[in-house]
Amino acid sequence: MKVDRQTVEHIAELAKLQLSETEIERFAEQLSDILNYAERLQELDTDAIPPTASVLPLSNVLRADSAQPSLPRDEALANTADQAEGQFRVEAVLDDSSD
Amino acid sequence: MTTYEGVIGLEVHAELETESKMFCSCAVVDSTSATPNTHVCPVCLGMPGVLPVINRQAIEFGLMVGLALNCEIPEFSQFARKSYFYPDLPKGYQISQYEFPLAINGWLEIDLPDGSTKRVHIRRAHLEEDAGKLTHEGDHSLVDLNRAGVPLLEIVSEADIHTADEAEAYARKLRAILRYLGVNSGDMSKGVLRMEPNISVRPVGSDELRTRTEIKNLNSIRSVTRGSAYEIERQSAVYESGGTVQQATMGWDEARQLTVVQRYKETAEDYRYFPEPDLPVLNVSREWVEEMRANLPELPDAKRDRFISEYGLSRYDASVLVAERAVAEYYEAALNAGGDPKQVANYITGDVFRQMNTEGRDRDDIGVIKLTPTALAALVTLVQNGTINHNIAKKLLEALYAEGGDPVQLVERQGLAQVSDTDVLSQAVAAVLDEHPDEVTRYLGGEEKLIKFLMGMVMRAMRGKADAQIVQGLLVEQLDARRT
Repeated sequence: MKVDRQTVEHIAELAKLQLSETEIERFAEQLSDILNYAERLQELDTDAIPPTASVLPLSNVLRADSAQPSLPRDEALANTADQAEGQFRVEAVLDDSSD
Repeated sequence: MTTYEGVIGLEVHAELETESKMFCSCAVVDSTSATPNTHVCPVCLGMPGVLPVINRQAIEFGLMVGLALNCEIPEFSQFARKSYFYPDLPKGYQISQYEFPLAINGWLEIDLPDGSTKRVHIRRAHLEEDAGKLTHEGDHSLVDLNRAGVPLLEIVSEADIHTADEAEAYARKLRAILRYLGVNSGDMSKGVLRMEPNISVRPVGSDELRTRTEIKNLNSIRSVTRGSAYEIERQSAVYESGGTVQQATMGWDEARQLTVVQRYKETAEDYRYFPEPDLPVLNVSREWVEEMRANLPELPDAKRDRFISEYGLSRYDASVLVAERAVAEYYEAALNAGGDPKQVANYITGDVFRQMNTEGRDRDDIGVIKLTPTALAALVTLVQNGTINHNIAKKLLEALYAEGGDPVQLVERQGLAQVSDTDVLSQAVAAVLDEHPDEVTRYLGGEEKLIKFLMGMVMRAMRGKADAQIVQGLLVEQLDARRT
């Protein structure tokens, strides 16, 4: 599968990343390579393999309930495009949240 | 005319009072008062490349709630991604549980106003992360993510509830259990406990399920009761006039006391649930479950039954005392200090609650009032052994409530002890009768209720400290002696 520059620009826009011309070309090539590599998995016959959510033989990975220092607020807000009163500022959303 | 009944299921979201968040180590803080965005980190901010790690305490709190609600705890549990796009969760999805919740198939016994009880079935209880908080300002919204990632337990009942009273009883009992378990403060005004009834109606006697509406994010038990009652009535009226109820998400307008449509649901939302690939699965061993079961405190119903059998209380008094864990603890502390079980119960549910109401204190604050359980026990004992009478006890209780202190010392210092000396009382009675010849004549002429007035006069002369029973006897005796 070939990733074209429009796709890279679209992904960069979604991820709020600013890419240079060279980066766009380099990432288009790299992303194409990665997807092509992953596509090889499609060739495998998986009919007899049950679906799984995780390939790691892990369970019950838990941490103790103890609080650690959080990020300083200016660092937490450093990447946002718009902020006010120490909060992220977004376009008004009419619909209410989920649950 | 058809009579309709409600068909109500309740979804309850309870934040769990862990120290840190569900999947990261940020502190859980009061999101109504903490400075915005001061308890956030790359995990709860949804930064790329970070990994969540499950908080063991949150799982254990969830298991405790499941067990307290008589649920089955499946051996396998798993988190799932629920995709939705809204700025209150920056990842673009909420980590929740879908196919494999922590607890399923439980029940809760509720107490109804007519004294009967009923079991409401619990469909499931699952863990998820809370979302951040939005403040809307004109064409923009401000996002505070302190609350994003706080452990949230969603408890879903079956649609077993048929009236607003039942919805209220369910909400109260569930809140009490969460507070007994120490997993949630129950402070609905702070949003740590939120309730959403979904409501439809049907003709009484039928078992059909009609279109339902959902009232979102109710933040008091009263609004659960009133919102449910309002929706049952509104939907019944719609059918009565030949209309149909539309599926909708409603809000409760507290000022106008009615439900308002927030949006109509035309299609089921597609959250594209799938197993959370960043979190390993949970195997809940039976040993773990039994360890949690052994950790459960005595719950309200068990405590109520014990108060009835151990202390001979009425079911009503016992229910009032156990409704708040702090009150039950105060009560038993007073008994340990030697107070009589029934008398202590009477004073708590009467005078103590009255003082607290006057002061505007919640009952769960009983542990911090100046009248200590030991002082109350001593006060009750002073009344029982005849050292002080009931009127003095009432005044003393007010003083102890306001100032604290030891009732035995106060009685000594202020000379409040009851006067039971027959000679002293006899003289006081004789003096009062001499001072009120008219009333004495009228009493002897048949106006027997005047004895109460004369009693009051003796009490006033004795500054409230006379033994009322002895005075009563002396009055009758001396009045009789004045018959000619």
